[in-house]
Amino acid sequence: MWSEFFTVSSLVVVLASTIRLATPFLFASLGETLGQRSGVLNLGIEGVMLIGAFSSYYAASKTGSPWMGVLAALVTGCVMGLLYAFVTLVLHAEQGISGIGVFLLGLGLTDVLFQRWVGTPIPIDGLDPWNIPFLADIPTVGEIFFQHNPLVYLSVLLVVVATVVINRTTFGLNIRAVGEAPDAADTLGISVNRTRLFTILIGNCMAGLAGAALVLPFGTFQQNLTSGRGFIAVALVYFGAWRPIGAFAGSLLFGFVLAVVNQFGALGIVSGATSSLTAMAPAILTIVVLAIVSRRIGQPAALSKPFDRNG
Amino acid sequence: MQTEPVAPMLEMRCISKRFPGVMANDSVDFTVLPGTVHSLLGENGAGKSTLMKILYGLCRQDSGSIHFEGKEVDISSPSKAISHGIGMIHQHFMLVPTLTVAENVALGLGGRYGISDMRPIKKRLSEVSERYGLKVNHDALIWQLAVGERQRAEILKALYRDVKLLILDEPTAVLTRNEVDDLFVTLRQLTADGKGLILISHKLHEVIALSDEITVLRDGKVSGHTRPKETTRDQLAQLMVGRPVSFTREVASVGIGDVKLAIKDLIVRGDRETVTVNNLSLQVRGGEIVGVAGVSGNGQRELAEAIFGLRPNESGEICINGVRVVKPSPKAIRACGLAYVPEERMRDGVIADFTVTENLMLVDYDSESFATKGFLKLRAFQQRCAELVKNFAVKTATLESKTRQLSGGNIQKLVIAREFSSGADTLVVAQPTRGVDIGASEYIHEQLLLRRRNGSAILLISEDLDEVIALSDRILVILGGRIVGEVSRQDVNVQQLGLWMSGVHDQVSA
Repeated sequence: MWSEFFTVSSLVVVLASTIRLATPFLFASLGETLGQRSGVLNLGIEGVMLIGAFSSYYAASKTGSPWMGVLAALVTGCVMGLLYAFVTLVLHAEQGISGIGVFLLGLGLTDVLFQRWVGTPIPIDGLDPWNIPFLADIPTVGEIFFQHNPLVYLSVLLVVVATVVINRTTFGLNIRAVGEAPDAADTLGISVNRTRLFTILIGNCMAGLAGAALVLPFGTFQQNLTSGRGFIAVALVYFGAWRPIGAFAGSLLFGFVLAVVNQFGALGIVSGATSSLTAMAPAILTIVVLAIVSRRIGQPAALSKPFDRNG
Repeated sequence: MQTEPVAPMLEMRCISKRFPGVMANDSVDFTVLPGTVHSLLGENGAGKSTLMKILYGLCRQDSGSIHFEGKEVDISSPSKAISHGIGMIHQHFMLVPTLTVAENVALGLGGRYGISDMRPIKKRLSEVSERYGLKVNHDALIWQLAVGERQRAEILKALYRDVKLLILDEPTAVLTRNEVDDLFVTLRQLTADGKGLILISHKLHEVIALSDEITVLRDGKVSGHTRPKETTRDQLAQLMVGRPVSFTREVASVGIGDVKLAIKDLIVRGDRETVTVNNLSLQVRGGEIVGVAGVSGNGQRELAEAIFGLRPNESGEICINGVRVVKPSPKAIRACGLAYVPEERMRDGVIADFTVTENLMLVDYDSESFATKGFLKLRAFQQRCAELVKNFAVKTATLESKTRQLSGGNIQKLVIAREFSSGADTLVVAQPTRGVDIGASEYIHEQLLLRRRNGSAILLISEDLDEVIALSDRILVILGGRIVGEVSRQDVNVQQLGLWMSGVHDQVSA
């Protein structure tokens, strides 16, 4: 059985699905990275991912177009962002507990709407893979890297975009200043809350996309589809030391573990009780990762602290 | 100077601002002429900060108007203030520690197409640095810089924005003497350039040395307006406090008693594992105040913490009242009869969210008079605290007020009330009047001298040289964790102390 796992074709499957499975983590953790760099902790992205996943499923099934699903995920993500921004920036609610609230809202809402509006899940047309011309034809390499659905390419592109935005733009400078020393930024005329509003909206849209990336390639939705991926994405921000490239590395790591577990199942290497054990691998890995990455070098000093000029 | 009248750069007319329960500013008028320094004096809570926050757009006045360069202006945010040419150097620097000096300057300036290009910014920054002699590495991260350099970065940030009027809030509070001299050179250059400066300070001799005009605030109102030539330190202090204040402390000689605190060959490591107290020995006798003078960061904090058992000592001996402390812990050391006033009163001296009563009882709460079988005797608490608050003149609304709501001076009086009433007669007192206003400082000094008269042994660790000289029978100078000089009251020579503190003596005596 093990020899079947270590064949070229099996390893290609594992590596290709590593990248595919990393995508939801990557969208969510990139968005959370931007938010945390500006001082906003959002534990609710798990809930936003669920809402993004459900709305993309629903929109795609109603319109028959997976791209309408992507759009729906962005719109609902944005709405959830406005809600979170209102609660944390205007009402100054404690961010940790507000995030848990958003998670529970997403979990409950998608469950109810799914039963009400859908009932029995009908598979929808997912996003078709885009084979990159020429590159996709390279043996092995092409199969691993260049035969994915568009959201996969988009997520990798966003790693570069996020890095450039953070390090090379005035908006990025504002984000870093607001996350480290909001009072200082304020005295220079930078609006702390407006900067945070933007990072919250971007982060929630990306969490919505993360939900879409869970649904659209596979074409189905179920209750609690995300099963903790949003929380893992938050952990990946810490793992990645608040850098997009670090979030990328972490997402690949978790994608790889999931891919290996899937392949074990597909090849019948594990079954029954052992398969339940391997299914726990991501959870165990999360704990291990967080234990190793207990250092806080790079954590924004104003993380999860509401800003009030007079306070 | 008096010949032709100059149009004022800034006029604040009849500014009033009310906070719940307090009139922070009550019809305050304040004017600054170009090319001059106008100092704003006042005790904590007199309304200086509020007035400056209004000017910088961090807070809105209830009534009154601001005129800048002849026009009435509406300053609703810091960016408005900056666009008018008003800059502010905050007491707690407004710098982002994880960014470079240049990036801090670039913050909020925007950039073409949102791309932050540092090259033009660095170029202009070099010009500004050179012009005013403000040397600092533009590529260094702020957290890597010394305090003086951070301040220069802060000033550069304002000058880069072409400020015409610069507000300096307690700019010398954190600087060493040399850094203060450098700062004054820069400030004189700025006024020569026609810029207006507003200086907020507690230190009267600095205000007198640097200002053209002085306005004193008390309880939100202007209590005096004068010029340095027409006033004295004592007059200014009286305007601030509202009653005569004396700076000369009556120090009657008292009989010196037995050695109460003896430290021998103490070695202590600091937070970064380096040796910060290095083979230090000293003795304090009853009826004696021994002052430890020195520039901040030369082992004072570690020394105090080691004596009180808050920091392990690597080697050496600490004897209190003739008993060698074997296992130092705060509790054991208190039992030996030593009390401690820590330098960080908000962190180590009180629990800010506890009430005044609770903080006053933190030491004695489990003694027999205040607890039986683990239950607190709350009535006895109340009685004792009412007494202490009265005896030590702690100003608080009620005994049940949160300690956080008290002013710095009153929190310090609270700590001193608790420590000095604990029955201990060996006292380690660190920075007792840092950030404390003149009235409370005077009171605290009197309390220290009173304890001395009663035969207590007092180790006074302070970075305020004037304070050390005024109170101490003997002065030790600490540098790099060692005592590098000792002098008794009658032989004090300020210059010699300054040389010891800056380490120049090494070359002289070698």
